[in-house]
Amino acid sequence: MQWNSPFNHHFTAMNTKSLVSISDIGREEIMELLATARKFEEKPNRRLLEGKVVATLFFEPSTRTRLSFETAVNRLGGRVIGFSDASNTSTSKGETLKDTIKMVSNYADLIVMRHHLEGAALYATEVTEVPVINAGDGAHQHPSQTMLDLYSIYKTQGRLENLTITLVGDLKYGRTVHSLIMAMRWFNPTFRFVACKELGMPEEYKAFCRDNGIRFTEHVDFSPEVINSSDIIYMTRVQRERFADIMEYERVKDLYNLNAAMLGEARENMRILHPLPRVNEIALDVDDNPHAYYFDQARNGLYAREALICRSLGIDVTD
Amino acid sequence: MTKTVSKSELAVAALRNGTVIDHIPSPVLFKAVKILGIENIHTAVTIGNNLDSKRLGNKGIIKVADVFFPEKTLNRIALIAPSAVINIIRDYEVVEKFPVSLPDTIVGLVKCGNPKCITNNEPMLTRFHVVDREDVTISCHYCSHTVKSTDAII
Repeated sequence: MQWNSPFNHHFTAMNTKSLVSISDIGREEIMELLATARKFEEKPNRRLLEGKVVATLFFEPSTRTRLSFETAVNRLGGRVIGFSDASNTSTSKGETLKDTIKMVSNYADLIVMRHHLEGAALYATEVTEVPVINAGDGAHQHPSQTMLDLYSIYKTQGRLENLTITLVGDLKYGRTVHSLIMAMRWFNPTFRFVACKELGMPEEYKAFCRDNGIRFTEHVDFSPEVINSSDIIYMTRVQRERFADIMEYERVKDLYNLNAAMLGEARENMRILHPLPRVNEIALDVDDNPHAYYFDQARNGLYAREALICRSLGIDVTD
Repeated sequence: MTKTVSKSELAVAALRNGTVIDHIPSPVLFKAVKILGIENIHTAVTIGNNLDSKRLGNKGIIKVADVFFPEKTLNRIALIAPSAVINIIRDYEVVEKFPVSLPDTIVGLVKCGNPKCITNNEPMLTRFHVVDREDVTISCHYCSHTVKSTDAII
């Protein structure tokens, strides 16, 4: 893209090896990444990042995502620099994000960053030539989570095409469910949106479904019909801080809980996903149920992230 | 040439050379003044508002002597005044007349309404994409926050 307005002289062309949003990658590339993730699952330890330094810049703490990325780099033989909390960095002295990114760009071959501000990762790609992987920018995008969700679906169902996927809980603010809809648009899915009206799927995503020919139905009841006709049930946490009215929260908080007794008639292939952490939306008695998949899903994050790191560094993964 | 000139017409002097921005909806006239940076111009400027308009009922008009804005600058007011019409005057004649046209991308003009957007926390220019030309809806390039142009903070 060519920028020539006097008002945007400082923008540079975005590094195409960066990953800011799941919509940066199309169907073909998703399939390639899933194939690469499979190779890493077969053999997670490969010395592909010998001599490479990866910076993990976590301006906002996130243990799970950071450990997963750092494990991925370590298993690929690379080195990690970075921080897990911006409070002991120069950001707390008032350094701009731009300056921090420019400084780190002198040291690292790849930047993995999480930031509490929305759009931070996209801005970072505009001020550096080093590829940037967005590990979460506020409530906005978290593409590596989506890749591991896709890998989990692919692995458990043997395909991505023609699946019935039920999204449950907080569909209004849940970025993981929004990104999943965007990514599944290539694969002819049928979605069920199960939520109370306060946390229903935003109109813009329903419009996205209509524009892309994606079938969906909306449900207030988390009913047996819905459960028993799903291939994937994707659970999310209903967060108290989303409610202006605490009574409203108390009324709906347990409507979308799943327990083992509800799974008796579920399809054999059905798997339950959850981005974690869960609170009580999935009862503990589900953990040992054959339909439970959320802990394996988290492990898949390692393979998906190994694949994304290699993509950003232009490394081919053979066999 | 003799012509009977009423006092009301005399209120606004004819422009020898410069730019006339006409058909600005009255409620957004001063926003348009701000967007164009009129307050920093040192040549003669005439601003009229709440004038009769067949098209708009009420309109605003800006006349700037001896200044010819880049088209890109003029088009920035399309966001709030899509009906505005530009007249380029040379030697008392309208030599060019065209409606403003909304660009695909608007840089450094609109403030993002999302307090958690990076653009509200970092010294940088905002950037918005026009996602719906019909009701002029724009979306933040960085955080995807969407707003109707009439509600946009400028």
